Amino acid sequence: MAQRDYFGLIIVAVIVTLIPRLIENEYYIGILVFTALNCLTCMGLCLLMGYAGQISLGHSAFYGIGAYATGILTVTLAWSPWIALGAGACFAALVAVVVGVPSLRLKGHYLAMATLGFGAIVHIVFVAAVDLTGGPNGIARIPHLDLFGIELSTDKSFFYFSWAVVILGLFFALNLIHSRVGRGLRAIHGSQDAAGSLGVNTARYKIQIFILSAVYASVAGSLYASFVNYIDPGPFDVMHSVLLVTMVAVGGMHNIWGALIGAVLLSILPEFLSELSDYFGGVGISYNPDYDMLIYGGILLAIMLFLPGGLVEGIRNFLRFSFNAVAKIKRRAFS
Amino acid sequence: MAESILELKNLCKYFGGVVAVDHLNIMVEHGKIISIIGPNGAGKTTIFNLITGFVKPSSGNIFYDGKEINGLKPYLIAKMQIARTFQNVQIFPQMTVLENVMVGRHVMSRSGFMFSTLLPPVFRTEEKKIREDAKQCLEIVGISHFAQYTAGSLPLGTQRQLEIARALAVEPKLILFDEPASGLNTRETLNMGKLIEKIKEMKITVVLVEHDMELVMDISDKVNVVNFGRCIASGDPFEIQSDPGVIAAYLGG
Amino acid sequence: MSSGGSFTDLLQFIFMGLQRGSIYAMVAMGFNMIYNSTGIINLAQGEFVVLGGLMMVSLTMSANISLPLAFVITVFFVTIVGILMERFTINPVKPPTVMRLIIITVAVSILLKGSAMCFWGKESHYMKHFSGTEPFEIMGATILPQTLWIFGILIIIVAAFIYFFNFTMTGKSMRACSINRDAARLAGINDRKMVMLSFALSAGIGAIAGIIVTPIIQMDYSRGALLGIKGFGAAVVGGLGNSIGAVVAGLLVGILEALGGGYISSHYMDAFALLILLIVLFIRPSGIFGSREASRLKEF
Repeated sequence: MAQRDYFGLIIVAVIVTLIPRLIENEYYIGILVFTALNCLTCMGLCLLMGYAGQISLGHSAFYGIGAYATGILTVTLAWSPWIALGAGACFAALVAVVVGVPSLRLKGHYLAMATLGFGAIVHIVFVAAVDLTGGPNGIARIPHLDLFGIELSTDKSFFYFSWAVVILGLFFALNLIHSRVGRGLRAIHGSQDAAGSLGVNTARYKIQIFILSAVYASVAGSLYASFVNYIDPGPFDVMHSVLLVTMVAVGGMHNIWGALIGAVLLSILPEFLSELSDYFGGVGISYNPDYDMLIYGGILLAIMLFLPGGLVEGIRNFLRFSFNAVAKIKRRAFS
Repeated sequence: MAESILELKNLCKYFGGVVAVDHLNIMVEHGKIISIIGPNGAGKTTIFNLITGFVKPSSGNIFYDGKEINGLKPYLIAKMQIARTFQNVQIFPQMTVLENVMVGRHVMSRSGFMFSTLLPPVFRTEEKKIREDAKQCLEIVGISHFAQYTAGSLPLGTQRQLEIARALAVEPKLILFDEPASGLNTRETLNMGKLIEKIKEMKITVVLVEHDMELVMDISDKVNVVNFGRCIASGDPFEIQSDPGVIAAYLGG
Repeated sequence: MSSGGSFTDLLQFIFMGLQRGSIYAMVAMGFNMIYNSTGIINLAQGEFVVLGGLMMVSLTMSANISLPLAFVITVFFVTIVGILMERFTINPVKPPTVMRLIIITVAVSILLKGSAMCFWGKESHYMKHFSGTEPFEIMGATILPQTLWIFGILIIIVAAFIYFFNFTMTGKSMRACSINRDAARLAGINDRKMVMLSFALSAGIGAIAGIIVTPIIQMDYSRGALLGIKGFGAAVVGGLGNSIGAVVAGLLVGILEALGGGYISSHYMDAFALLILLIVLFIRPSGIFGSREASRLKEF
């Protein structure tokens, strides 16, 4: 079981190295960088939602905290982007503790609403704290990251870098899942009482995983700021939190691979659709980015109604089902 | 070592104005099977929840091995090697049977959050030991052949056995069974009785809440009868069966 | 400024708070209605308000339909949306795990929001006030006629609500269902129908809230989320499930928000209501009006 997961890690690495050879267009490479950042955030969210069973509708707040930490510290205080990234992650962890300790005592709908409220407050702060965040105008001229003296200024170099971070994040997440702690988390999801009765410190584990997922989101946010070089409050609103949950739920929240695949699919879907509409433009069908929300909502609803385990689990069940059906037919044919 | 492994002294629990447990005194001796019986709503499950820290006592004390343990969180109680099962089975449905029992090894293993995140499982010797220990627990209960099944897909009887295997993985000195035979057929109940006696032979003290009188009278060393949160009688199975107070409580006299 | 002036300010903030609070109160009543019959927090509740407002704008401003008729059509339309939501997205969910229900109501809210954006665009929409914009003056503070409409309609709704749940058979049946569903079913009440009815009523109240507030706030498609969270805040402060508590709490939250916005910082106005929500959730999730619901929290 575990071996298969680590094998998957190698496959991801191979695909990542191959992609720039197949896709020359800088624009698409840029899209794939955003995809990587979504993957990173969604992995953290998946650990929280799918493994520990705790929903968060405020994760874009942590994404934003990372981005603004990088923006403010590098531009206003001229810190190194690396230190800013670390400081952002630490701050996100701190906020996660402050918000998580009281929130994670709540369950279900209450937790959903508390995290939603938290996310909305943080977004309001991004807009209103003009002195610190630049308000609606945001922060510009955020410096690039550099790695061993090479400035990550091209889309391609940042592509490799961001996906390397995703693979590292995936590696850590897989380690965690296949460990005593990971089992403890899944046990909390299954039955909090039983987990407690077996010595799992449920409150502490929930906080720890909340912190970890906040750090993942914050790192993704810092990378976003360094990549785009400009941030404003726009991408860090409640809607983005909802979108992150959508990605995790569509791919399948009980499996880290599901979250990853969901993040990839939904990140490239709008591009794919507008590409498709260019192709069909001649016959009067055109795709408008305004439809994104409808499409996301529709997909999420359909998945939740018909494949509550997400796409990955759905496909797996379908394959198993068809495999069994074929085997049955074969058996019948031979007997 | 204290002479009794568990002692409840003047234990009280009120929910709002409702008295669930009322100045209860119970002694549990080492290595015995002690049963708690009583009509529905007599407060039996609340007693278990008090001992295992799921609810805090309103007043009174709980002593375990001579130490006071009132009001400790459930996970700390588990660390003191007290295990329990639940009236409505609480397995982890999405995990395999083996993984369920491996969770039971939690208190007996140590790797923490950082360590687990940074190091892949192949480098962890502890992980292998957890797996072996868990397999052993499955063997004791006799459900090794289900190890790779998803726990949620098992029939109720097997789920109850799994819950016991998981509780044994804690290496308990004291184990609390909350109606282990409810929902089981006659044959399964008989096997459950044998299993509980086997657990007693492993030098584990058993406290049993059960409605199946045949099972209780068969295996208990001592029976406590609880009604309206009070202990109204206590003695060996024979004494209890002939106690007029008990008969009155059960027949509503 | 003289002390008289600051009193006028205070009064002005209180009027504004009551006006905002009336809307939160109605949203909170909508939350409670669905919560009582299903145990679900409907995260699409705010979208009902938006739909009501935007629909009303189209009917009165573009189609030139008279106010009362447009009012009825809008409420009817949004009620149908509520019923469809229950029929197609809540009713078929088996098993109804909490996580799945939360995400489903989120999905519905994105769908409704997306539809509203595609249909009405991203700009905010102006709507004529019900009876002019000539403000009344009360002790130096001014109050718009529309605000009086809002108070009046809130009072009517609360009265209708009390009448419905205490003096009609259907209302009593709904209450029975929320207290003990199994017992209600044994008494011959069709509990599935009650769930549908609760969605219908809840959507209807949302629509009315949207209709009456649109002339003042100029509705746009994206307002649903914030209205929803603040309404939920009112519901929690009032004790989830307790609708009279929700009305009082809604007004209270509105006033606190207006005072915070007026005296502390207008930039953070929206944050005050949310902060109240978080504080109450963290310290006393059963609400400040009674602890009856405390045991109920355990269900989640």
